[in-house]
Amino acid sequence: MSWLIKSSIGRKVIQSISGLFLILFLLFHMSMNVVLIFSHETYDFLANEILGANWWAIVGTLIIGLGVGVHIIYAIILTLQNWKARGRDRYASKSKTPVAWSSKNMFVLGVFIALFLIVHMYQMWYQMQFKDLFGMEGVRHDGAQLVVDVLSQTWVLIAYVVAFIALWFHLNHGFWSALHSVGWNNDIWMKRLKRLGYFVSTLIVLGFIVVAIAVHFGYSNLLA
Amino acid sequence: MDKDINIKVKVWRQNGPKEKGRFETYELKNISQGSSFLEMLDILNEQLVNDGKIPVAFDHDCREGICGMCSLYINGHPHGPDGEITTCQLHMRSFDEGDTITIEPWRSAGFPIIKDLVVDRTAFEKIMQAGGYVSVNTGGIPDANAIPIPRDKAELAMDAAACIGCGACVAACKNGSAMLFVAAKVSQLALLPQGKPEAARRAKSMVAKMDELGFGNCTNIGACEVECPKNISISNIARLNREFLKAKLKD
Ligand code: HEM
Ligand code: FES
Repeated sequence: MSWLIKSSIGRKVIQSISGLFLILFLLFHMSMNVVLIFSHETYDFLANEILGANWWAIVGTLIIGLGVGVHIIYAIILTLQNWKARGRDRYASKSKTPVAWSSKNMFVLGVFIALFLIVHMYQMWYQMQFKDLFGMEGVRHDGAQLVVDVLSQTWVLIAYVVAFIALWFHLNHGFWSALHSVGWNNDIWMKRLKRLGYFVSTLIVLGFIVVAIAVHFGYSNLLA
Repeated sequence: MDKDINIKVKVWRQNGPKEKGRFETYELKNISQGSSFLEMLDILNEQLVNDGKIPVAFDHDCREGICGMCSLYINGHPHGPDGEITTCQLHMRSFDEGDTITIEPWRSAGFPIIKDLVVDRTAFEKIMQAGGYVSVNTGGIPDANAIPIPRDKAELAMDAAACIGCGACVAACKNGSAMLFVAAKVSQLALLPQGKPEAARRAKSMVAKMDELGFGNCTNIGACEVECPKNISISNIARLNREFLKAKLKD
């Protein structure tokens, strides 16, 4: 299996599979967030009893962490190798080849997402699962209230929306590109995959942003 | 209507592979818009020779879009601003009176500069030698019609076979990737029964050679497809990925 890391196509497969895995995770995460709008109680139940510091939630967290880690490491490897392959001398004239903006800016978009992830992990995961695991002071079990506290700050909401717009662009290209990288594409499927990519990225991003805005303006826990 | 135009050309000059290069700007008067881009460069070179200067080196051969020898990155496009043609098929009517045209060599680590606008594309040759062929097994000559080939497969194989190996895909690519070229060369054979027996070995060794020669990892930007003078589709890249993964998983 060493071809996975030794060949260009293998490295793209790693990037693709980790990216697709993260998309699946985000779909799940987004659905969970939507629960907040309806009931804080249900959300806390899901967060503490179903997830929380249970062994399966910890294993899940580790797998997701691994997915993010692999994706970022390979993003850096691919980008550096490609930078080198371009050669030391660059064109003086700016490229006029029309291509999708997001496809050229995957790394920059990823950096925005990663910066947000750091803040996000500190504000949420560190306060809940991490502190719980290591028996630290100030561990929060009232996940829903924590979300409300954090998102009531305007700068957090703005950072949140900006990061998810970056994610939207990242996935517009990422979704079909990932399937293309593992060989699932042809002239007919290209259009379908691109459209499906728009749909999936819009669904994920809209889900997260709508919940964030609703929580910020106090429209959550509506069924309580 | 074609007119005669006065233009400036800003050309990359570099004396040798290791020398430092620079741009030189030359003025050209009364260039007919009916002339081809390479004829314009011929006129420039005549002018340079008459002035006792060294002419600009650039690649060309057939001058009819089939050999893949011409190159040039013109005003931000490989093979110039016009679509679906090679530089030798580009005409001066794509330009206007008073224009300054920037002419650069292909730029990529895989294609080092030899002189001025000429780059070394033997990397493509090496990739072909790694497996871009069907081995000739001697014996009786088989009847071509004895092997049935579905029409759609034949068409796709012909489309892929249109690749002339000019390297515009690499020149256009932000990643310096040669995937479109390799994908076309793998596809043209993988789609046909004659190419099937060696398909797995071919995909593996051509990709290995491509990586070894320092071309980049494809991120499916698609600039290659847009600039390809022969309209090779990036669907071929998906097919190459498929062929390569199938071969590796079988091992
Ligand atoms: C939750 C977050 C993320 C998701 C869901 C995601 C998803 C994806 C997907 C599906 C791909 C396509 C893979 C392929 O073309 O084979 C991709 C590619 C890529 N991602 Fe991410 N990504 C995320 C975060 C990041 C981060 C944090 C970075 C960098 C710091 C990053 C950098 C890249 C790069 C450089 C590529 C390769 C570009 C390309 O192949 O077109 N991504 N991502
Ligand atoms: S000179 Fe032969 S393709 Fe342009």
